[in-house]
Amino acid sequence: MTKQIHLAAHFPGVNNTTVWSDPQAGSHIEFESYVHLAQTAERAKFDFFFLAEGLRLREQGGQIYDLDVVGRPDTFTVLAALAAVTERLGLAGTINSTFNEPYEVARQFASLDHLSAGRAAWNVVTSWDAFTGENFRRGGFLKQEDRYSRAESFLRTAWKLFDTGVGRFEHQDEHFDISGTFGVPQSPQGRPVILQAGDSHEGREFAAATADAIFSRYGTLEAGQQFYQDVKGRLAKYGRTPDQLVILPAATFILGDTDADAQEKAAVVRRQQVSGATAIRFLEQVWNRDLSGYDPDGPLPEEEPLTGENTIAKGRASVRMFKDPVATVKEWRERAAAKNLSIRDLVIDVSARQSFIGSADTVATQINDLVQQDAADGFILVPHVTPGGLDEFADTVVPLLQERGVFREDYTGPTLRDHLGIR
Amino acid sequence: MSSPLHLAVALRATGDDAFTAKHWVERVREAEEATLDFVTFDDSLSGEPGLDAVLTAARVAPLTTNIGLVPTAVVTHTEPFHLSKAIATLDHVSRGRAGVQLDTAPYPLHARHFGRREVLDDLWEEAADYAEVLRRLWDSWEDDAEIRDVATGRFIDREKLHYIDFEGRWFSVRGPSITPRPPQGHPPIAATHAGFADIVFAQDPKVSDQLVFRDVTGVPEIDQLLDWREQGFAGFRFHADLHEITRGLVPELRERGLFRTAYEHRTLRGHLGLAKPANQYA
Repeated sequence: MTKQIHLAAHFPGVNNTTVWSDPQAGSHIEFESYVHLAQTAERAKFDFFFLAEGLRLREQGGQIYDLDVVGRPDTFTVLAALAAVTERLGLAGTINSTFNEPYEVARQFASLDHLSAGRAAWNVVTSWDAFTGENFRRGGFLKQEDRYSRAESFLRTAWKLFDTGVGRFEHQDEHFDISGTFGVPQSPQGRPVILQAGDSHEGREFAAATADAIFSRYGTLEAGQQFYQDVKGRLAKYGRTPDQLVILPAATFILGDTDADAQEKAAVVRRQQVSGATAIRFLEQVWNRDLSGYDPDGPLPEEEPLTGENTIAKGRASVRMFKDPVATVKEWRERAAAKNLSIRDLVIDVSARQSFIGSADTVATQINDLVQQDAADGFILVPHVTPGGLDEFADTVVPLLQERGVFREDYTGPTLRDHLGIR
Repeated sequence: MSSPLHLAVALRATGDDAFTAKHWVERVREAEEATLDFVTFDDSLSGEPGLDAVLTAARVAPLTTNIGLVPTAVVTHTEPFHLSKAIATLDHVSRGRAGVQLDTAPYPLHARHFGRREVLDDLWEEAADYAEVLRRLWDSWEDDAEIRDVATGRFIDREKLHYIDFEGRWFSVRGPSITPRPPQGHPPIAATHAGFADIVFAQDPKVSDQLVFRDVTGVPEIDQLLDWREQGFAGFRFHADLHEITRGLVPELRERGLFRTAYEHRTLRGHLGLAKPANQYA
């Protein structure tokens, strides 16, 4: 049976994927930018709009990181305002389970679901670090190993409140001991759609147990299929079926009149995304050292990375991905030697390849093939230019997917659960 | 008698349709047609039926153009960092029409909704610290911190971002905010308690040298309003049927030349005659 594709629009984030130096690049704060992307996504019949969250500005080498977009609005406030200028589009946002409390977050999401008539989605993320905690009452109170346990308790507590509507509740577990009266009636979706983005074993279990959709990082055929099978395979033990969890890798794209044209554009964008200064900063995150003396157009540093706790970069989840910096550096040196790459070339090579590159026809085919081959159920698209970066995709790729009968011509129901085909 | 009269209405979540966006949009638009300075959105963490006030104000913001939007936020169980960015964002979304009314939650029964604290003393002192943190976070970005300097690759001038390093009895907050400075600089802070608020709701005009609004239940005679204004009240917040204010009182005040017939400003600070404050870190 032909699968239907799900698509979401990610508001460009605060990493170097976003090319703020592009002459077309607009504000990351003014509401017009959010309206533009959300209305483009709705015009193209996307499932939802997605907004990430930050709770502390990133730092590197003890200073606020200044090379990428800095500054974001508040997630809930933007989503509630977007509900006023869209009618069907799902409104998804990241809200942290560490530096919040269930009673307040449940009120906020239930309110958002009412105010959007059933379009709210919550990307539940965890955090434990003392660095972010410095902005909050309890500081870094949570141990790393307890973060998923708290997140799951938090979510189950919130569910109890959503289900209570107006009335008495009581909840006790190892993280929360609360009781009293909840005051928001059951919302149109009952519970907001739950998104999850964790990738560790605990993260995948958490998603299998609780999530309606996963925001994954595996968008290629093999890695995607592996992740898809792994996570959908975990559902049975929670009494769930594979169609109850929608897997949506994040994906970037470059469109051109022809495939060759798109490849040329993609190469230009990659160099915009990785300036010389950005390349040095990227290496510092792996080497865990100050490398500011190096020439980005020269060879890789000969010194070895500092192992142990990464102290150079703070507030950046990607740092945790370099679990074995010595091995990473070894691999990169071999790659640089084999292809004769400078520091900047190497960083572009290892970090900046776009997911989909080609003509609209090529990209539509790539997306559809990955979905039909169970590497994904759809994609969360991350444009590299704010706010117009989705316009061309909406105008050229979406009609092709619709022609092929794999993407909706129009919304069939009012709620985000309807769009995602989940209960 | 030369200072303009300032009028506001307190909106309450009542009735079943108080849970739809349409209800709130209609009411705030009606208040805006009457050129009121602002509306407040009541809220509490008591379990009383109602929607989150900040989200409700945000939902209304894109569909209105001039009226001030002042949601209530309880400080006792919430994070100043979260509220700071929420109100800054409401100010960005509404192009300078946000305010916030800070309130406390003194009852142990409601503290059980959070299960985090037993001690509920000196809550208004805590609220004063909270207001201090809000304002410092709003100032933690200078207005021109975003530079987008392509030559050096820098998006911001980090010398124009500031750690606030607030340390108090109840919390410490490092900063800077994640959200750039709101258009008004400081969205006005309101409270029923004098001491830290820009707008004080009180029955005695002498409690504060800031703007004191008298909370009025029902619709008084105009002469009564004028008497109160003579006593020093800057304005009035009505807890009354909205129609009685917008279709009864306001037309009568306008006829007597006592209330604006059109907005002269686009921001809440503008309506209230408050200049944009200088940045304490600049």
